[in-house]
Amino acid sequence: MRTLAKVLAVLLLLAGCSSPGHRDGGPVTLRFQSLAWQQESVAANKELVREWNAGHPDVKVEYVQGSWDSVHDQLLTSFEGGEAPDVVHDASDDLADFAYGGYLADLTGLLPARLRSDIPPGSWRTATFGHGVYGVPFLQEPRVLIANADLLRAAKVRVPTPRHPWSWAEFREVAKRLSGPGRYGVAWPLKEPVSATLNLSLSAGGRLFHRGADGKVTVRFTEGDAVVPRTVHDQVAVDHSAPASTLGSGGSDTLPGFFAGRYAMVPLGFSYRQQIAQQAPEGFHWQVLPAPAGAEGLTQGVSPQTLSVSADCPHKKEAVAFIDFLLRPENMVRLALGDWMLPTGTQALKDPALHAAGNGWATGTALASRLRPAPAQSVRGYPEWKDKVATPAYQEYYSGAIGLPELRGRLERDGNLVLARYQR
Amino acid sequence: MRTRRTVRAGQYAALLAYLLFLVFPLLWLLSTALKSPRELGSLHPDWIPRHPTLANVRQAFDEQPLAQAALNSLLVALGTAVVAVALATPMAYVMARHRGRLARAATGWVVVSQAFPFVLVIIPLFLVLKNLRLIDSLLGLVLVYVVWALPFALWMLTGHVRAVPAELEEAAAVDGAGRLRTLVSVTAPLLAPGIAATALFAFVTAWNEFFFALVLLKSPDRQTLPVVLTHFIGAEGVADLGPLAAAAFLATLPSVAVFALVQRRITGGLVAGAVKS
Repeated sequence: MRTLAKVLAVLLLLAGCSSPGHRDGGPVTLRFQSLAWQQESVAANKELVREWNAGHPDVKVEYVQGSWDSVHDQLLTSFEGGEAPDVVHDASDDLADFAYGGYLADLTGLLPARLRSDIPPGSWRTATFGHGVYGVPFLQEPRVLIANADLLRAAKVRVPTPRHPWSWAEFREVAKRLSGPGRYGVAWPLKEPVSATLNLSLSAGGRLFHRGADGKVTVRFTEGDAVVPRTVHDQVAVDHSAPASTLGSGGSDTLPGFFAGRYAMVPLGFSYRQQIAQQAPEGFHWQVLPAPAGAEGLTQGVSPQTLSVSADCPHKKEAVAFIDFLLRPENMVRLALGDWMLPTGTQALKDPALHAAGNGWATGTALASRLRPAPAQSVRGYPEWKDKVATPAYQEYYSGAIGLPELRGRLERDGNLVLARYQR
Repeated sequence: MRTRRTVRAGQYAALLAYLLFLVFPLLWLLSTALKSPRELGSLHPDWIPRHPTLANVRQAFDEQPLAQAALNSLLVALGTAVVAVALATPMAYVMARHRGRLARAATGWVVVSQAFPFVLVIIPLFLVLKNLRLIDSLLGLVLVYVVWALPFALWMLTGHVRAVPAELEEAAAVDGAGRLRTLVSVTAPLLAPGIAATALFAFVTAWNEFFFALVLLKSPDRQTLPVVLTHFIGAEGVADLGPLAAAAFLATLPSVAVFALVQRRITGGLVAGAVKS
């Protein structure tokens, strides 16, 4: 026992040396925390870091593997303790608190003109808080309908395209026609009902969050905000063209039912195609359709993935140079293909690989120009509003426990109380 | 005779059912780990993979430094178990044998200290460890785990010490044994099951812990298994199920092995009948 304790102590001391940090006089070392997790995406990121290191011996980048699971808590603690990575990979809807909290560097004066002009203003708005830019939005995914092509053909329904999408009313009708004994026209995986509903509601003109002349944000549930929730609710409770059982499920949970022909369509994020391509049974034909359009056409909200620089990073110029390298058009395409997502860069979006018909790339790329910042993007207090008010309210509405007036009441009355606390 | 046999058969059947209930998640993990992506997408999954494959295991090892992470976890878990037991045993003895006001207050504090949630202590703890230059260090993580496991370990061991009759120690003293001799030759052997159980508790706590490891370790080569396992999970909880199941199954094995080794020592009733009550 005593020997074991001694051996352990020595091993632990050996393993416990401090982090490399930044050496004075020597090459600069930057720590890049990536949240890439799919095999191809991790490989693309690591390869790009290797290429950077080969070409920049004076600025060494260390690849650190982060995880989407708990990234907020992990970053918050690292920022508080002054030990955050230099280059931070995250999503724009997670940046508000870090930006306002002074943890991220304002990149306004640091970004090269090429990168600034390559990414459209709409995307930049997702990472702009107050007057500063706190991240570079680089990957995004629209929500699309993944459909069983054989069932669509058999039902003889009009197949929508980005030029001629379904309206929400038409989508409801089609879902009814695709339903039959033991089969639902659509399955809504709404484990995270708020972002899905809000982002799709932009198509019908729903904004939910309204900024007044005094700069304060209030929640107002208009007719445009009701279109998507009412469609889902009626498909589940009135038409029975959508099962109630998937309302609490994640996207992946609906795939076995989709493959088995139990659901004809599943609204999912664009990157789910990777799982579908990998798991679909032999002979299963699927296709990507644009989400239904409303008064605002195919517009929908997105929260792009972002690259930021920690406010404590002593080598911000080098960190931004690394980001600029990662997001060169050809590199952005590699990252997009690895993650099965769309790049934000206009040059990257022209790449032929992203316009191929296979795996629905062309359909997704055609939607890129219609993507807007998610409605709640820069609203302070949004996470609390989402968790405490909106998530339970939408879940209860979709399951039929409450009606539309009660949903509206809760989102506005309770929601505005929460937001007011953040805007005093 | 027949009734006794029937009862015994019933008992075994119940035991088997309970065993299956307990082992179910592990078997399901194994089954998932051996399935191809297509089989994983099936609406009616089979218990036994139709086309068993080790591709998930290979992918898990190719993508993430699982062996390094397992070694880190093992070091941290063993370190925690050894240090926690070394500290808790003498403390528990004093608290069990000297029941003064101080001991009662200490017991109360032990219970209260269990009430603090992780999120409340993580930032101050991070700053303390940073000042001690123990961020991104397995030693720092062991210290945190020991502090975290100590109250419960102490509480557990105090109960075990109380179960060792003081009369046995008194008898040893009457026979001429000194304090140290009594502790080593009489108390320690009787306390062995308690020590083993406490060590196991500390080991499993450290082996499974995720949040502290996530926050305190930065370098990829120092991360522990629970942290590395989350790298198979993407945004919105989407998971690379096959490799995740393969890695998770492998991650449970050392814990099971340690339990199998130690459980023989966790046998109750060693001192039953040692003294007349």
